[in-house]
Amino acid sequence: MGAEHDEEELPAWSLPTSAVEGIAIPPTWPERVDREWAFGDSTGKRVRVAIVDSGVERGHPLVGEVEQAVVVSGAQGEEPTVDDDEQGDACGHGTACAGIVRSLAPECTLVSVRVLGSGWTGSGRLLVAGLRWAIEQGVEVVNMSLSTTKRELAAVLHELADTAYFNRTLLVASAHNMPVESFPWRFSSVLSVGSHELTDPLVYFYNPAPPVEFFARGLEVDVPWLGGTSVRSTGNSFATPHITGICALIRSKHPELTPFQVKSVLHLTANNIRGTHA
Amino acid sequence: MPERELRDAVAAGVLAAEAGHRELLQSIVEVARAIFGARASSIFLLDEEADELVFEAVAGEGAESLIGRRLPSSTGIAGWVLVTRQPLVLADVEQDPRFARDVAEATGYVPKSLMAVPLLHEEEVLGVLQVLDRPQKERFSLSEMDLLGLFANQAAIALDLLGRARRARAVIEGTSALGAVAHLAATLDALPTERREAGLALLVQLDHVLGP
Repeated sequence: MGAEHDEEELPAWSLPTSAVEGIAIPPTWPERVDREWAFGDSTGKRVRVAIVDSGVERGHPLVGEVEQAVVVSGAQGEEPTVDDDEQGDACGHGTACAGIVRSLAPECTLVSVRVLGSGWTGSGRLLVAGLRWAIEQGVEVVNMSLSTTKRELAAVLHELADTAYFNRTLLVASAHNMPVESFPWRFSSVLSVGSHELTDPLVYFYNPAPPVEFFARGLEVDVPWLGGTSVRSTGNSFATPHITGICALIRSKHPELTPFQVKSVLHLTANNIRGTHA
Repeated sequence: MPERELRDAVAAGVLAAEAGHRELLQSIVEVARAIFGARASSIFLLDEEADELVFEAVAGEGAESLIGRRLPSSTGIAGWVLVTRQPLVLADVEQDPRFARDVAEATGYVPKSLMAVPLLHEEEVLGVLQVLDRPQKERFSLSEMDLLGLFANQAAIALDLLGRARRARAVIEGTSALGAVAHLAATLDALPTERREAGLALLVQLDHVLGP
């Protein structure tokens, strides 16, 4: 992944004085982090983005190539399995998310993880299994335009979110626009996204009053849909892939950044902080 | 079923409660349709045992024929909203044959726009509320999204009540002693005023005789 440090030699649990020099951040960080530094000229190349959703339609002109597509399935009481997915998209939504990511990061690598279409019962379990699979693959960014309200899944999702965070996999998740407790977007190791009403796909705001951390374009977005068509769509679930796409750009240009640092970069470049596109 | 719920159920005259809650659901879809100026609105209830979505209330287009119809629970727009707990608004829907077939199954016709929101009550997702063909002259706004959420809250409460009434009825019907009490309450409720009062007086006396 091109980290600037040899991770084997980094102190993991404590910092002896002799090791301080070894963790010096190289002087490539500008005094002022701006968008040009963060993702100027980036295309998302070498970054894998997993879309955990309803699947992605193959061959949609606004999505382009999908490198890998898997489906997570399994009857109640059985361990979920992950297999190659031939079906495509069970709804249209996953295709829409993939299209938004592609429009921002044209050279990123898309991976579809379908967790829908096998029935409602046990769908929370499939969601967890799909997310786990994506993290195990070591993808750089995961788009999760979905959530669960089941408390019994909160603990395992929390563990997965932290595992992703420490393994340099960014989880980008849709916040709820209704006053309900749901997961994983509420976890601090996740990037949570709500909607603003502006039309520029590169306008994003940092929210100084979390739990929703960022606002991105989520209103009347033209997105690809089933059968090679497109549709105008609204919802936090479309704001989320905007932040996913921007994260792909940042990670492509700066593969060494940890999720914490990517969040900081997003914060520093947000339109309400010192953005250049306000 | 907890004792309190059982007591409430009998007290409310369970056999009549279900009809009342259905009226409430119907009124919610009618108000939602009117407020958004939409062509139709509908509420799906999740049938967990069958793993399907069932049309429970419909206002406008399709109102006559859709009640009771069933859909798969995790495909199409309604299925996505149910499983992901996320609201979804689509406009300028192009006529892809597969999409058209999916939405026609879920709406009774092919709309040009649709809004769908999950009905959440505490941890549970109980169903989906849809509003179809809101006029597209004006740009959609986040305040409309919030309004949709408010309707969803109301519909979720109504669906929860309906579910409770049905579960209570099932318990009562499955218990002969309770069934007899509930049946007596319903019979009493349906009597003309004079006979009902006479019946109630008799019950009060019975309570005196049997009570401590």
